[in-house]
Amino acid sequence: MTIDLRRIALAVIAPLLAIVFSLVVTALVLVATGDPVWSTAKAVLDYGTKPNVLALTLNQGTVYYLSALAVAIGFRMNLFNIGVDGQYRLAAFTAAVVGSSISLPKPLHILVIVVTAMLVGAMWAGIAALLKATRGVSEVISTIMLNAIATTLIAYLLRKVKYDVAGSNNIGTKPIDESGAFPGIDLVPGTDVKVFGFIFVAIIAGILYTVVLGRTRFGFDLRATGRSQSAAVASGVDVKRMVVYSLLISGAVAGLVGMPQLLGGSTRSYSLDFPTGLGFTGIAIALLGRNNAIGMALSALLFSFLDSSSIILDFNGISKEIVLIMQGTIVLSVVVVYELVRRYGVAAEQRRVSRQLADEQPATPTEVPA
Amino acid sequence: MSTSTVAPVPPGSAPSGLRGRLPTSGVPLAMVSIAGLVLLLSIVRVITGADDLTSSGTAGAALALAVPIGLAGLGGLWSERSGVVNIGLEGMMIMGTWGAGWAGYQWGPWTGVLVGTLFGAAGGLLHAVATVTFGVDHIVSGVAINILGLGVTQFLSVIAFEGVKGAGESQSPPLDDIATVSLPGLRDPLLTLEQHHWFLVSDLAGIVRGLFTSVSLLTVLAVLLVVLTYFVLWRTAFGLRLRSCGESPVAAESLGVNVYLFKYAAVVASGAFAGLGGAFLAIVAGNGYREGQTGGRGYIGLAAMIFGNWRPGGLAAGAALFGYTDSLQLRRGGESVHALLLLLGVLLIAGAVLLSIRGHRIAAGVAVVAGASAVAVYVQTDVVPDDFTTMTPYVATLLVLALASQRLRMPAADGLPYRRGQGG
Repeated sequence: MTIDLRRIALAVIAPLLAIVFSLVVTALVLVATGDPVWSTAKAVLDYGTKPNVLALTLNQGTVYYLSALAVAIGFRMNLFNIGVDGQYRLAAFTAAVVGSSISLPKPLHILVIVVTAMLVGAMWAGIAALLKATRGVSEVISTIMLNAIATTLIAYLLRKVKYDVAGSNNIGTKPIDESGAFPGIDLVPGTDVKVFGFIFVAIIAGILYTVVLGRTRFGFDLRATGRSQSAAVASGVDVKRMVVYSLLISGAVAGLVGMPQLLGGSTRSYSLDFPTGLGFTGIAIALLGRNNAIGMALSALLFSFLDSSSIILDFNGISKEIVLIMQGTIVLSVVVVYELVRRYGVAAEQRRVSRQLADEQPATPTEVPA
Repeated sequence: MSTSTVAPVPPGSAPSGLRGRLPTSGVPLAMVSIAGLVLLLSIVRVITGADDLTSSGTAGAALALAVPIGLAGLGGLWSERSGVVNIGLEGMMIMGTWGAGWAGYQWGPWTGVLVGTLFGAAGGLLHAVATVTFGVDHIVSGVAINILGLGVTQFLSVIAFEGVKGAGESQSPPLDDIATVSLPGLRDPLLTLEQHHWFLVSDLAGIVRGLFTSVSLLTVLAVLLVVLTYFVLWRTAFGLRLRSCGESPVAAESLGVNVYLFKYAAVVASGAFAGLGGAFLAIVAGNGYREGQTGGRGYIGLAAMIFGNWRPGGLAAGAALFGYTDSLQLRRGGESVHALLLLLGVLLIAGAVLLSIRGHRIAAGVAVVAGASAVAVYVQTDVVPDDFTTMTPYVATLLVLALASQRLRMPAADGLPYRRGQGG
């Protein structure tokens, strides 16, 4: 019982230590550049807790969370889906094209768009899955290549379907009809910035993630394969099939990443300025949240809080890119701290066992004669 | 793609013992492959009239574009030969571009090269601390370094370049160029030859003129570094020990090799190579640091290394191929790549014949279909959109991985965690 408590404590302490460490690093950077640390932190906190900024934080957090979920599904299987980035962009683009070319009653229209996105995401991840399962190609390399291919493919197709965005040099897809809009909600009082209705989809996805991975046969097989492939094979798991399934599911979830913006944003189209790089942020958040549904939710909110509240820094004459430094430091330090904590845990366990054995030692000889 | 371009060579030109080995092994084989490739390109040029396929401009641009990819690839090679996967090359390269831009405008281009290299090496050191000392997953650390590299440079840009003349929040002031060198007495006669558009002669003249005139000193340095890498890693005791850490660190340890030290050296060198590649981008290829200048070349470098089967020669071939496709894009790419489709189609069909003789029916079938469709696209269209040219390196890498993954052999302990004394 006490061991469990200690384990939980270790699990919570690690990310906290990493965050504290990166705060210290950020503070040092501020000191080095001659900026005041306390007033900067205060400005960020004040600005970040304004109602409209909080709503933006929730919106961005929704997107980050979906991305982290997609990455985490691969992680649990010991697969590194770096391709979430390409998957969600291609998915969002295709869904935007499909969604704008049809018109259907409201719920159905949304459903078609979302399903299209999930299928495209799964398909793009499926290429990496097939290469891995049939040819043994590392998914890390193939998804990096697929990301780059997706970038150029989208650039090409975007010019093909070109639809000029009014009053700018931006080009995008034709806007999706009103029937495809995913309604926003007034979640944060005191502001008229609406929170993406998709936040509920993200929450449901998080619950499904926990239940499917933790409470089903499929989830057990997936985790078992991630822990030890040979053990999984011995217990009758078809590893190749699991590779394909988990990457397909990861890709399908990645397909959701672009949806809050596409269906809940004001333009409802995929244009040149559609957010990029969310897949990489997802990796960082999944690492920080340790593939745990709640942990990732908190991490996603932390990252989006840093993003949306850092806008104020530019007004104070500090580059808001310092947030990138902080996020990068968090990722690197969190994995280092996890490793250190793991080593400490193993060492503590060894000490405990050896102590136990030492205590039992005197008892053994007396038992043998009896 | 390239496997099929070179696959027909071995049976005729080399003893049968070499059959099945990758063509990058052995200097004679490489030379035969290059000669065959030039011949093929010149045939295709005459048939299609796409003169830029072998023009001196294309050759020169290809070389310049291959250098940063090759340097990143060398970085990957050093690191992975010691058993550390380095996906953070992109981030280290970004640091290199920034370091070169920052130091270059203040103290001249060569200082820029040095500082860019050092910045890259600093990124490498961070990767080494995380992966070797703390045993963090190599890919996780690499991803974090890519995020950090981007963040640090963007942050520093605002501080360092604000208010500097000719600079901005996302770019350094323009930099002085590094001197170029030429083999004497080649430029004009070769130009005359090239302009005649004779079969083979003009092609050779164009390629030689592109590769040996007006070449930046940094390019020369990069080519020398490929040779040097081969020499150090495969012909010295240091290199043998370094590679043994990538093959079996436990065995290396039992022979008294300080595995941690070698891994550190290799990963720091890896970062330095990537940083040098970044410096090349900022100083020679571009005119100063710009945000997003690397454009994923760290990743392409990694791809070139895998393409080259974790060998310097193969890596150089991969970098050259990627540089070549990139350069075609600059010089009426639609037309040139369109012409290459014909070459690709014919080679695939030839490869299919070879495969069917060897009894690989399914592979032969796939190759025939692919070759026929390449020829069909060639006949049906006039130009290939630029975006597809951009895609070429990535698709080529995927194809090589898919078709030749059984022949590729990465260092046996590449990417695996290692702790001192774990062998017991």
